[in-house]
Amino acid sequence: MIIKTAKPLPSSEITDQTIFVNRRRIIKAMMAATALASSLKPQLSLAVEQHWPGLPNSFGPGNSLTTTPAKLVKNYTNYYEFSFNKEDSTKLAQKLPIDPWSVTVSGEVEKPGVYDLADLLRRQTLEERIYRFRCVEGWSMVVPWLGFPLSNLLKEFRPLSAARFVKFTTVFRPEVMPKQQANAMLNWPYVEGLRIDEAMHPLTLLAVGMYGDTLPKQNGAPLRLVVPWKYGFKSIKAIVKIELLRNAPLTTWNQAAPDEYGFYANVNPDVPHPRWSQRSERLLGSHFFSPRRTTEIFNGYGEQVASLYREMNLQHFY
Amino acid sequence: MIPSATNKYWWLILAGGLLPLWSLGVDIVGDRLGSNPIQALHIRLGDWALRFLCLTLAVTPLQTISKWRGMAEYRQLLGLYTGFYATLHLWVYLVVDQALQWSAIGGDILESRYIWFGVIAYLIILALMLTSSAWAKKQMGKYWKKLHRLIYLAAVSAMIHYLWQLKGNLAEPMLYVLIITLLLGFRVLVWLKKRHFNRLMIPLGKRNQEE
Repeated sequence: MIIKTAKPLPSSEITDQTIFVNRRRIIKAMMAATALASSLKPQLSLAVEQHWPGLPNSFGPGNSLTTTPAKLVKNYTNYYEFSFNKEDSTKLAQKLPIDPWSVTVSGEVEKPGVYDLADLLRRQTLEERIYRFRCVEGWSMVVPWLGFPLSNLLKEFRPLSAARFVKFTTVFRPEVMPKQQANAMLNWPYVEGLRIDEAMHPLTLLAVGMYGDTLPKQNGAPLRLVVPWKYGFKSIKAIVKIELLRNAPLTTWNQAAPDEYGFYANVNPDVPHPRWSQRSERLLGSHFFSPRRTTEIFNGYGEQVASLYREMNLQHFY
Repeated sequence: MIPSATNKYWWLILAGGLLPLWSLGVDIVGDRLGSNPIQALHIRLGDWALRFLCLTLAVTPLQTISKWRGMAEYRQLLGLYTGFYATLHLWVYLVVDQALQWSAIGGDILESRYIWFGVIAYLIILALMLTSSAWAKKQMGKYWKKLHRLIYLAAVSAMIHYLWQLKGNLAEPMLYVLIITLLLGFRVLVWLKKRHFNRLMIPLGKRNQEE
């Protein structure tokens, strides 16, 4: 995997440029380090492959997934805080200020607090993860995310044994988010949640970038969740709060339409949405007259995650 | 469908009805259908079928209000355009999106309740298309009007088909609901008025005819 690294910058530019904000510099530097590591030490990426032999994605050559063209991913986002139109949020989201950014950590942890995102990122190692992303609406894409396992971050806050769920909250900025301002459609701010074992699963990623660059704002900058075996709405954008809880949080779509969107929202072709089938998906970038892709249970990550749900009736816990 | 001399706008509507198709063609060639072009194409064709359905339903109220006679030919043409775009909408689903994978199509229709209403609407519209000619009208006699009243059922089904696949944003869909409700409401009012007069006429005899 070739990782597009930062363009070489003359040092003069780095010192006086205000456009290259703090976060961007840190992520770029981390990416450069990652790229260096993988180019100089290919065994590093091999080690990761060995750790997850059955991963549908991999971190080196031989990757079987073809990534969706970045342009398509950047102009097709459900970011309802800005717009109900997938193209319009591309432009509207640019108004969201994301630097500086802080994340509030609270609940069942030893080290609650308000953390500066730049500080949190400095202690993480970025990885590129190529994941399938399946929307509940019946379309999908393949995205090379840049991020780190959520578990690596959660461990820093030392979760207590009472912590059984993790709740995530998106930023509430009605002055730049028109649908929050209008109080339209959903209860804002947007809330998502995971069970603690889902949150600690190595596939669960906190992304800060994609396609070798920082996250575009419409794709959830500066920090978003990526849970590849669940429908896309679980992968919450622009996270400002992470809470470790004893009980399951009430998540936004579950609250809005409990019979249509469950807490788990695992990709499952055998459980149709009450109004439409989930058997197939339109892969973005595929051509006219090409068949739809057959949707896989757990979005193709069953080998890694099916054990989390072994005792559960997936028809009931959709 | 030969236009009579009174319907001078017939050719204009015939040409105008092809504009949405032309603009879609231009957008396909220019790659301007966005990240999910198949869905965009499918939705735009469905939107136009619904718009032409609204226009078709608007002819009779317009005729009643304006006392402008001989608009049935416009209604027929607009109805055929409704069927034309509904057919393209269906073909894009079957051929462009599902690539004629019949088992997948069957499963998709069975599990997608909103599609059931699309199927109902389309079957009605297809029947109306096939019987739209003056010849068919003559052959069918009084049954023609009965059959073509199913357009109201098609309109309601098309609305449900449209609304039921949405996730939440209801601004534009509500506009269509309003238009179709008004157009169907007009029929209900006419029907109620007629019934009212008919009732009055039974006991009171000739006096009410002057009203």
